[in-house]
Order: sequence, then structure tokens, then C-alpha cells
Amino acid sequence: MSENVEKSNESVRPEAGLLPPVNVVEDANGITLYADLPGVPKDKLGLQVEADTLTIEGEVSFMMPEGMESLHAEVSLPRYRRVFTLSKELDTEQVAAEFSNGVLKLRIPKAAHAQPRRIEIRVD
Amino acid sequence: MYYRTFFPRDILAEMERLQRDLQQSYDPSIRGGLRGGFPAMNVGSTPQSVEIYAFAPGVDPATLDVQIEKGVLTVAGERTLPALPEKATLHIDERFAGRFRRVVTLPDDIEPNSASAKYRDGVLHISIARKETAVPRRISIQ
Repeated sequence: MSENVEKSNESVRPEAGLLPPVNVVEDANGITLYADLPGVPKDKLGLQVEADTLTIEGEVSFMMPEGMESLHAEVSLPRYRRVFTLSKELDTEQVAAEFSNGVLKLRIPKAAHAQPRRIEIRVD
Repeated sequence: MYYRTFFPRDILAEMERLQRDLQQSYDPSIRGGLRGGFPAMNVGSTPQSVEIYAFAPGVDPATLDVQIEKGVLTVAGERTLPALPEKATLHIDERFAGRFRRVVTLPDDIEPNSASAKYRDGVLHISIARKETAVPRRISIQ
């Protein structure tokens, strides 16, 4: 799995977004990705796997009193977006996602044929 | 610079931000830079209140500690990440782990006893009312 910096010559340029920090862990059976998406309610989270591209998108939506003037903003855009390229041995049909308290956990298992296999050595 | 932008739309605003970041590295605030800590913070103001948003996803609310003392707001807590399973490889490691503390200087006209805090979708929202007298009042002309 590698990060995909989108080409700028695409005809439809995605809207500007912040890059959420992620952790990616790989074990023998698959990959687990954790992403920080604070301020995104469950219904504003978008996950998409298309061919070998994984797109994580979220819209920030939190309670703001009317007429609030921003004095200082580190989360300066109301959107997160990050794209990864998945490798062939990952089974994109079996992606499982959990989302709570602004943290996304994605589990992408390796396809059965890509699972580690111990090769027995026969001694004649 | 915690949450970077990948597609800067407004190149002028982006340059201004760069300049500000540079300036800050020369003249840091007494508690270190304003930007780049965990949790990321947004601060807003209305005539009636000061609103602070701390972006602290995946934090157990029980570990959060919010205090106002002498006009300074402190947000502290701890974020524990799941332990790395045995024989696993950490390919990307960007998420903050451990204890954190961030401090915001508040305006003088706030009412510290009126503060309220809520944690939702990984955002801690603290709202502090301003003193009555500070709310601008229109004086009608008879």
C-alpha cells in the first residue's frame, strides 16, 4: 500500500482538503489503517475503493454558534481527503471499517492466495 | 502544521501562511509555537462567548482535563493507541500518541464559571461566556 499523490492534470480537480494523519500496520493476514478525522460525523465519512485506489474523505461539521468570528484555525478547511494505492494481494472485497470518536479503523485482509504459507521441506 | 493542505486553492493565503509560520519560528510564543501541537485547535469569538475547539480524536473522555486559571485555558489528556501486534510492521506512523497539554490565553472579559465542555466526533468544544458588561449594547436615541 502506498500513498498516491493525485495528478494535477486531472480534468476534475478534487476540492481542497486537509491530509488526515494515519498509521498503517501490516501483519501476516492483512493491513490495518487508522486515520484521524476529528469533527467528521459518521454520515459525512466517505470511503471508496476503486480498482486499486482507496480514497478516504470526510466533511468536518461541528456546532458553531451563529456569527462566530474565527480568531485562530489549525483545522482550516472543512474537509479531509487522502488517497492510497493498494497492492494486488489485498482483498478489497473484504474491507471492514469502524469509525468512532473521529478515528477511522480500516482492515484490509490479504487475499487467501496471498496468505503466508509454510512450505514444508521434505527430506528424502 | 498538523493538518497540511494538499491542494492549496488560494495561493496568496498559502504564501501568507508560510510567511506567518516562518515568522513564528523566529519569534516563538513563550509556550512554543502556536501551531503544530496535539490537539490541533481552532478558536472563535462571538459577542457573547469565546469558543474553543480541540481536535482530539480517539481520546478517552475520562482522561481529558480542562482547566481555566488566571485567564489561561489548559486542555490536557492522554491518547493511547492500540499496541502493535507481534510480528507486525508499522509502515506509516503519523498519529500522535501519549500525554498532551495545550494552553490558550483567554480574553479578559470572560466568565470562567460559565464554561461548558462537550466531546463529540473527536472534537472537544469548550464554550465560555463573556461578562454581561462586555456585550456591546445599542443605546436607543429618543
